[in-house]
This record gives sequence, C-alpha cells and structure tokens, in this order.
Amino acid sequence: MISLAHFLVLGTVLFCISVAGIFINRKNIITLLMAIELMLLSVNMNFVAFSRYLGDAAGQVFVFFILTVAAAESAIGLAILVVLFRNRATINVGEIDELKG
Amino acid sequence: MTLDLILFYVFSAVLVLAALGVISVKNSVHAALLLVLCFFTTSALWLLMQAEFLAIALVLVYVGAVMVLFLFVVMMLDIKVEPLREGFIRYLPVGVIVAVVMLVEMLALMGVRTMQIKPPVDPAGASNTAWLGKALFTNFLLPFEVAAVILTVAVVAAIMLTLRKREGTKYQNPSRQVAVQARDRVRIVKMPSATAASTKEATP
Repeated sequence: MISLAHFLVLGTVLFCISVAGIFINRKNIITLLMAIELMLLSVNMNFVAFSRYLGDAAGQVFVFFILTVAAAESAIGLAILVVLFRNRATINVGEIDELKG
Repeated sequence: MTLDLILFYVFSAVLVLAALGVISVKNSVHAALLLVLCFFTTSALWLLMQAEFLAIALVLVYVGAVMVLFLFVVMMLDIKVEPLREGFIRYLPVGVIVAVVMLVEMLALMGVRTMQIKPPVDPAGASNTAWLGKALFTNFLLPFEVAAVILTVAVVAAIMLTLRKREGTKYQNPSRQVAVQARDRVRIVKMPSATAASTKEATP
C-alpha cells in the first residue's frame, strides 16, 4: 500500500530539483518559467496527497485554484517575454538591466 | 509489493528523470516536451490517489493549453543558446548543494511517522468529480468566481501586452460605428414622379 510519505517525498524531490534548476539556469527566462511550473506541480502533489489521506475536499479545491492562477501567470509571463524579445531582441537575464536594480 | 506500489515507483522514476531533464537539457523545445512528460506522469500519479478530476484537468489545462503556449513562444523567439548557457557549470555546485541541503531538511521534518499513514477509505465515494463539485459550489463559491475574474483579467492583459498597431492596417472604429446616424448614410433625393405619358413613351 502506498503511504502518505511516498507522495510527500516525491513532492519534496521535485521541489528541490526545480530549486536547483532556478540556480543553474539563471540566464534563460524560459527555463526559469518552466522550473516555476515544476515547483507549482510539486506543491500541488502535496495538496492532493494530504487531501486524499485526510479525506478533506479543500485540498483538491485549492489545487484547482492553483491551476487557474498558474495558467494566468504563465499566459502573462509569456506575453511579457514576447514583448521583451520584441523590444530588446534578447531573453538573457544578464542583459536585462534597464532598471539598474 | 502490490501492483499500485510498483506503478508508483515506475511513475516516480519517470517523473524525477523528466524533471532533471527539464532543468538540464540545452534545447528549450526539448525542455518543454520533457515538461509535458512530467505533467502526464503526475496525472497518472494523481489517478493512483483517486483524484480523477484533477488528473484530467492537469492534462487538459497544462498539456493542452499552457505547454502549447510555451512551445509556441519557444519556437517563435529566435534564441541563441550559447550566451544563455554560460554560468551553467559555475552555478551547478551551489545549486546542487542548496537542493540537497533543502531535501535533507524537508525529509527530516517529515520524519518516519508519515510512513505509517495508510490511505483511508476514499471519502469521495464513487465519483471524485461530484465530491469536488459539491465542495466547489457550496463552500468555495466566492473563490470560484474570483478565479473566473482572474482568468478574464489575464486574457485581457495578455492580449493588450502583445497587441501592436502596424502602419497602414485597416481597422474599425467602434465608437464611430455606434455614433453613426441614418442621415450620414442615406441621402433622400426629391424627384418628380413619372407620369402616364412619359411611361408610355419610354416603353415601345
């Protein structure tokens, strides 16, 4: 029988992989966005597992909302990316320093 | 080892390998396709947890919409990969160290106790969708509506961000269309009506 820990460990491993992905791909915005999607996926995995093992529907409803917000986030993120590429002809994070932050 | 445990290990192995591929392959198109594999495998894992609705929603929303959008953008942009890859080797050790330390800390927090937790009888009963729908439309009705508003705002924002006016494009002006009056379009011309004699002359 699969226990709760199996799913929690899997979610943790996914989360750490995506954190490592953000560290090593810090120049490429597209890969950064993909790592964020992966991170949201691991969080969703935890939510579904807890919802199933505690018998509470709220966890799965929350996953539903996270899916909604993640879809909106990636749509707007990619739109910003397209506009950025149109204006600067690059998506290199190192070259995007207009704000001098 | 039961069948569901074997399936769980197979799917988890595929998921972890695909996730490692997403963050390490050079080509962004390959990364996006590996991410699609990640979502499919996760959906299978959620089916193992009897969360059927969310498993199908994940495939529909992520694989069907979000990843297609990603692929469109990746293929549309003309990206030179080499400058984006610099620093990959330099940041690899620190990334791996941070990830491993985080993994160890989280696993320590989880402890051994969660190993013993067995799944209860499925509270959803026969239909997970009906169970979820009841919760969604009773206790979570307001957040549900807010989610709809968020999606609408996102659509409008994404379109407005990428919209651009080209020179020489013909487009309609809605305010002028609405403000138009009948007399701007139709001109009434007064003419003498045709008499019987003139009609007979015209037709031989």
